[in-house]
Amino acid sequence: MEYIKAFVVGGLICAAVQILMDQTKLMPGRIMVILVCLGSLLGALGIYEPFVEWAGAGASVPLIGFGNSLFKGVKEAVDKDGFIGLFKGGFTASAVGVSAALLFGYFASLLFKPKMKD
Amino acid sequence: MEKEKQVKEVLSAKNKTERDQKYNEYVKQVTPKHSCLKNTCNAFWTGGIICTIGQGLTYLYMSFGLDKENAVLYQIISLVFLSVLFTGLNLYPRIAKVAGAGSVVPITGFANSVAAPAIEYQKEGQVFGIGCKIFTIAGPVILYGIVSSWILGLIYYVLGLLGIV
Amino acid sequence: MMGTQSIAFRNPPWIISAASVVGQKEGEGPLGSYFDVISEDPMFGGTSWEDAESRMMKLAVEQAINKSGLSKEKIRYLVGGDLLGQLIATFFGVEALSIPMFGVYGACSTMGESLGFASVLVDGGYADTALAVTSSHFAGAEKQFRFPLAYGNQRPLAATWTVTGSGALIVSRTRAGAKDSETKSGEHDVRVIGMTPGRIVDYGVKDSMNMGACMAPAACDTIAANLRDFGVKPDYYDKIITGDLGYVGQEIVIALLKEKGYDIKDRHLDCGILIYDREVQDTHSGGSGCGCSAVTLAGYLLRQLRTGKWKRILFVPTGALLSPVSFNEGNPVPGIAHAVMLEAV
Repeated sequence: MEYIKAFVVGGLICAAVQILMDQTKLMPGRIMVILVCLGSLLGALGIYEPFVEWAGAGASVPLIGFGNSLFKGVKEAVDKDGFIGLFKGGFTASAVGVSAALLFGYFASLLFKPKMKD
Repeated sequence: MEKEKQVKEVLSAKNKTERDQKYNEYVKQVTPKHSCLKNTCNAFWTGGIICTIGQGLTYLYMSFGLDKENAVLYQIISLVFLSVLFTGLNLYPRIAKVAGAGSVVPITGFANSVAAPAIEYQKEGQVFGIGCKIFTIAGPVILYGIVSSWILGLIYYVLGLLGIV
Repeated sequence: MMGTQSIAFRNPPWIISAASVVGQKEGEGPLGSYFDVISEDPMFGGTSWEDAESRMMKLAVEQAINKSGLSKEKIRYLVGGDLLGQLIATFFGVEALSIPMFGVYGACSTMGESLGFASVLVDGGYADTALAVTSSHFAGAEKQFRFPLAYGNQRPLAATWTVTGSGALIVSRTRAGAKDSETKSGEHDVRVIGMTPGRIVDYGVKDSMNMGACMAPAACDTIAANLRDFGVKPDYYDKIITGDLGYVGQEIVIALLKEKGYDIKDRHLDCGILIYDREVQDTHSGGSGCGCSAVTLAGYLLRQLRTGKWKRILFVPTGALLSPVSFNEGNPVPGIAHAVMLEAV
C-alpha cells in the first residue's frame, strides 16, 4: 500500500511538472528552482508536511519535498534559537542532500571522463 | 491554407513588431511538438518508480533499526549516489530522454545537475572548472531554496513575536 | 559588383581540392561514403572537446592540402572559423601549419563566409591559392551553448544535432590542378562564380531550440537577393542548398520565398537534412553547426558537381547569431546566410 501511494503520488507530481514544461518551454533549471520555492511555500502554509506523512517517499523525493524540508529546518531552528535560527535552519535541513550531491559529484568528476551523447 | 495566409501576413506586415509577432505565430504552427500525452505518461511512471525505490530504501534502512528520520536521510544519500553513478556511466541522460520531468523532479535530477557539469568541466581545472561549474545548474536551486525558506521563516518569526502563530 | 549586394567573380576561382573529416555518427549517416576521414574516437586523440575540434580541423586542412598535391607553403592564406568562443578551435588547430590566416565568424554560415572570402582574395589577385575551412563538434557546442553532456534533458523536436565535422576547400586562380587526387578522368572542374554576402535578419524568434525558424528569414533574404541581383529565376540553379535549416526551417524558407514569388520547392536541399537519417539516428529536425554545411559541401555536393549530375548550385549556409549571454539577457536570435554560387565546367 505504501509503495502504491509513493508510486502514484510521485508519478502524479512528475506528470504535472511535465505538462508545465511542455506548455511553457521552461528549462529544467528554472523548473527545479520553482519546485524548491513552491515546496518551502507549501511547507510554510503547513500543507506539505501532513502530505509527506501520508504519501511518504512519493512526496519527499520530488524537489518540492526538498523545499518543504528547508522550511521545516528554518522553522525548527527559529523555535529553538529564535532569530539566529533563520540563518541556521536552511543549511541544516538541506545538509545531507546537498553534501551528498556535492561529494559524490566531485568524486565522479575524478573518476569519470566526459562522454559523447548518443 | 491557414499557413499560407499566415506567411502573407508576415510579409505584408507594416512594422517590425507586427511582422515579428505574425512570424512567431506562424513558427508555432509549423513547429512539431512532442506528444504531450506520451510525455506525461512517461514522466508519471518513471517519476513514480524513482519515488517507489526511495520508499523501498527507507523501509530497508528502517529494517536495519534506524528511526524513520535517519532512514529518510540515508535514502536521500542512496538516491543521490545512484543518480551520480548513472550520470558518470552516461546512463542518466538516456533515462532522461524518455523520462523528462520524471527524472528532473526527484532529488536524483538535482544530483544529476551537480555531477554532470563537474564531470564535463574537469578539464578546466579543480577550482575554475569543477569548483565553479559544479554549481551552474544546482546553484540557483540552493540559492533560491535558502532565500525562500529564509523569507518564509522571517514571516513565521515575526508572526511568532506578534503572538499570531 | 552585381545588384545591391552580390559579387560576380571576373576570374572565377577554381576549387582544386576539398576534404572532409567527420565523427562516427556522421559517418553512419546517409552521406557516410562521401567523407574522407571518419573518426570513431570523438576526442580525435585529444584530451578535451576543444582540443578534439582543433585536431579535427587540422586533419581536414592537411587532407585538403595533400589531395591538392601542393606543398603547404603554396597556400597563401587560410580563412577559417568555428563555433567556440573566440574561435579557439580554429586558432589552436591551424597554429602549427603557420599559414597566414584570417579568422571569420558567421555562426553556422561560416563556410559560406570563408569560401566566399577566400574566393574574393583569389579573384582579386591577392592570392594564387587560398584555403577555406570550418568545423563544429557536437560535444563542444553542447557544452558551450546548452548543457553538460551528462545532464539529462529532453530535446524538443525542432532542435537540431550539431555535426561533428570539419570541411576544407582550396580555391586557386589557375585551372591547372583543379582535379584533385580523387577526381576521375572525364569529370568536371568546379569553380566559384559569385557570391551574395548576407544581411542580418531578425524576425524576433527567441527560441534557441528552434534554430531553423530563427535562420529561415535570413536564408530567404539572401536567396531572394541573389536571384534579384543576378536577374535569374530559381531554375538557373539545379539545386539551392541551405546549410542547416532542418525540417522546420525548410518548410518556412520555401513558404517565405514562394510568397515573394520564387518557387524553389523542387530544387531545395538542406545539408542538415541530408547528413542524418532522422528516423534511425534520432536527430529530430536535422544536423547543424559550421561543420554540417562544410562537410556536406566538401564531401557530397562537390561530388555531384564533379560527376556532372548538377551543373550549377547555390550554396547558402545559414547561421543563428547568439551567445549564452545574449540568450540569457532575453535577446532574440537573428540569422545570417551567405550564398556562394558554384558551377561545374
